[in-house]
Amino acid sequence: MTERIGVYVCHCGTNIAGVVDVAAVSKWAGEALAGRGVVIARDYKFMCSSLGQELIQKDIKEQKLTRVVVAACSPHLHERTFRNACKGAGLNPYLCELVSIREQDSWVHTDKVAATAKAKAIISGGVERVIHHEALEPLRVPIHPATMVVGGGIAGIQAALEIADAGFPVYLVEREPSIGGHMAQFDKTFPTLDCSACILTPKMVDVGNHPNITLMTYSEVQKVDGYVGNFAVTVKKKARYIKEADCTGCGICWEKCPWKFVDEVFEAGMAKRKAVYTPFPQAVPKYPVIDDQTCVYFSKGTCKACQKFCPTNAIDFEQKDELLTVQVGNIVLATGFDLFDVNRIPQYGYKRLANVYTNLEFERLCNAAGPTGGNIVLRDGKTVPKAVGIVHCVGSRDQNYNPYCSSVCCMQSLKFAHLVHERTGADVYNFYIDIRTPSKGYEEFYQRLLEEGTHFVRGKVAEITDTARTPEEEGKLVIQVEDTLIGKQRRIPVDMVVLSAGLQARHDAKDVAKMFGIACSAENWYTERHPKLDPVATMTEGIYIAGCAQGPKDIPASVAQGAAAAARILGKIQQKEIALEPVRASINEEQCSGCRICNSLCPFSAILFHEDKMVSEVNPALCQGCGTCVAACPAGAISGTGFSNEQILSQIEGLLLLNIPVKEAVA
Amino acid sequence: MKKYAYYPGCSLESLAKGYHLSAMAVTKEFGLELNEIKDWNCCGSTAYFPVDELLAYTLVSRNLALAEKMGASDFVAPCSACYKNAYFTNSYLQSDTDLADHINYALEEDQLHVDGSLKVRHLIELFIEDVKLEEVEKKATHPLKGLRVAPYYGCQLVRPRKAKEDVENPRYFENLLSAIGAEPIEYANKTRCCGGSLIITNRKAALSMVQILLQDAVIHGADVIATTCPMCDVNLEVYQEQVNREFGTHYSVPVMYFTQLMGLALGIDPGRLGVGKSELASLQAKAVAQPAESQ
Repeated sequence: MTERIGVYVCHCGTNIAGVVDVAAVSKWAGEALAGRGVVIARDYKFMCSSLGQELIQKDIKEQKLTRVVVAACSPHLHERTFRNACKGAGLNPYLCELVSIREQDSWVHTDKVAATAKAKAIISGGVERVIHHEALEPLRVPIHPATMVVGGGIAGIQAALEIADAGFPVYLVEREPSIGGHMAQFDKTFPTLDCSACILTPKMVDVGNHPNITLMTYSEVQKVDGYVGNFAVTVKKKARYIKEADCTGCGICWEKCPWKFVDEVFEAGMAKRKAVYTPFPQAVPKYPVIDDQTCVYFSKGTCKACQKFCPTNAIDFEQKDELLTVQVGNIVLATGFDLFDVNRIPQYGYKRLANVYTNLEFERLCNAAGPTGGNIVLRDGKTVPKAVGIVHCVGSRDQNYNPYCSSVCCMQSLKFAHLVHERTGADVYNFYIDIRTPSKGYEEFYQRLLEEGTHFVRGKVAEITDTARTPEEEGKLVIQVEDTLIGKQRRIPVDMVVLSAGLQARHDAKDVAKMFGIACSAENWYTERHPKLDPVATMTEGIYIAGCAQGPKDIPASVAQGAAAAARILGKIQQKEIALEPVRASINEEQCSGCRICNSLCPFSAILFHEDKMVSEVNPALCQGCGTCVAACPAGAISGTGFSNEQILSQIEGLLLLNIPVKEAVA
Repeated sequence: MKKYAYYPGCSLESLAKGYHLSAMAVTKEFGLELNEIKDWNCCGSTAYFPVDELLAYTLVSRNLALAEKMGASDFVAPCSACYKNAYFTNSYLQSDTDLADHINYALEEDQLHVDGSLKVRHLIELFIEDVKLEEVEKKATHPLKGLRVAPYYGCQLVRPRKAKEDVENPRYFENLLSAIGAEPIEYANKTRCCGGSLIITNRKAALSMVQILLQDAVIHGADVIATTCPMCDVNLEVYQEQVNREFGTHYSVPVMYFTQLMGLALGIDPGRLGVGKSELASLQAKAVAQPAESQ
């Protein structure tokens, strides 16, 4: 046996020592595993403390250790700490193995004797594994200074501006004709009641004018190649049929366009737009688009009214979709949310009952630039409601639909109640399960609403119906609800109902996540690297997430995440290169049969297939070392640095205590 | 001729004789063979399940086992409560092998075994899915022109929440009524509970539920209410008098099984459909039957 191994067993206060007899484990390791190369075994209160680390470093030098095994918490937490400690003492960091006797042992067992025996087995496995470790060097890749931000809502706008202001180029890609996102559709923002457009449009203008931002609206990402520091992103720029260089944004084209269509996107179906349009007056960029799905010229071959009247001859019906490829070092995904489809709850009568609205429709109704100029009236366009019901948690916190809380609806519903009260004087009923107002100034806003005389009914609305049972209910929308505070069923007649539909992931979030090689939660929100300590990074290096794409959140939180993602990326750009973990899979070309099983299994899309040679290859910069392909390869052609067959099989032998004589194993 | 294991349930032997007669007569016209399961027992109703679930499932399973033994592929119940109990028991037998083992242990006493291999169906599904509405329309030689019918689904018929079925606003009953020439009315409460067995334990609460249904159907212009369940039929029909007394109303609306309306549209003699024979509000029902006779 040539290796000299040190074993270090951590108490983690009482986290481990409360269940595992740490001293006995350490003593056993020193004796029973001596034959396997263990020359020293120690236990210590907090191995991760400076003193604990120094203990290891001292041993490396004095005992001439060639391998280190630390038995403590999960490698997710302190693997880097101990690797760096080894590195500090001159030992290659990849010759250190951290085995978990906390998450996998003391935290999940109560039987102290059994837990102690398990800790011994885990350490034995770690010792056998570390014998087969190799000294590795991290991969270094240069970082391209440009960044792509996907999604031009407030989170994406913030990220783009922060990076651009720091002096680095940004490509901002937006699917719709204008940036602004959902925030551009809102009337007021809670709890301060600032005008949403007034605080958003200056930022939109900044984006439009910024010398470091290349704005790509009416565009979608088609393909992502490469890896952190060196992505090649292919963007489809849909034909606008407008020559941007010539267009002045004068608006004559949409004035002259004779065709009107319901605007399902920006106006949420509440108003019409022309076939050539900008979604709203402050749109950035100012150039309109001609929607070839609705424009009559594209279906009938005649009209061209816009072209006849355009004073700068900027209309070009021959324009084609363009594919552009840009090089970037990092990517921010800020693709936002979709609204829960309220048609899924037919008992709420949306569409069937005219005066049932979604929250987005109601935002447009309140908006001074919206279809009624900000007047809150019924669908007939003139009747002012005398009573309005606002239903919280529509599709949220509901096992039949989305189990999670959409986080913004309570405050949004309170804002609606205030606006109705202020503009119509109507009676307002808010139907809630719990009121959730946890941020700064939010609870105070709720108090204000209580003082304004809003009726709060605690209970989930069962049904909204126009079937009257009493003369007072005639011609009204009746809200049937169990008022859980008085323990009675109530029927409340109103003129208008607003459904506060929850937030859900974009319908295509899963496909987008796959394209960028990141993971999604069960509800299709993008998964962050760590829910508390790394909320804007993902498990894929170089891909960051911000805003509602990561989960439901309000404007301040979206802005914070956009800025946070930008800060993370600026840090990377400043370093000019990035060190990547060398724990990677590689494919032996000779053994690869070209079956492609690994291609689709790779969660990071790191495996490409060479059609000419009929073999697969792992891109080391994309590979995250998860080992899925290694396990899946039927030919055994894939091996992983840091998780070779030899290492894994030895570890299993160690776990089963097959590495030492039976007498010592049972000691 | 497609064959079905037919489970009439207790109501159809007495109270809802008309449902049984009309079901047999109408299915025969469409070439559907309903073979009554021999020696069937109670479906467990509403009462048994809260008392002892396992025993209740076992009780239902005996009927399923008898149907399986007949070699049938479909188990058909005309009563919504029987249907719902059989449907859920059957699907639990499929998904819970432990439950199936327990039940089969008990069924051994009777030399029976249940697999859960049947398709459990309500009688109305046969006309929608197996016969198809075009065929119904073709056979309806005496269409019920101008008759405004409230399709009353009741709650249990849609309770299994089968995939792709719109349980809050189903449309197939309306479509069936249109196929026999009647005019289905739109009313919101078509899947609301009729009060069920609450009529025995809390009469006042149940009467209020019946009143809501009658009110909604009548306001929307129903000449007749069509039902798919003997329990619904009894609550809506027999208790109209009590509703009137309790709420000071004057409801007098006939209630008929959908199979009786279908039979009239097919030109079958009302007597063979049990219309006006053992039915309770026979006079009104007879009046409804007139258009068919006069044609």
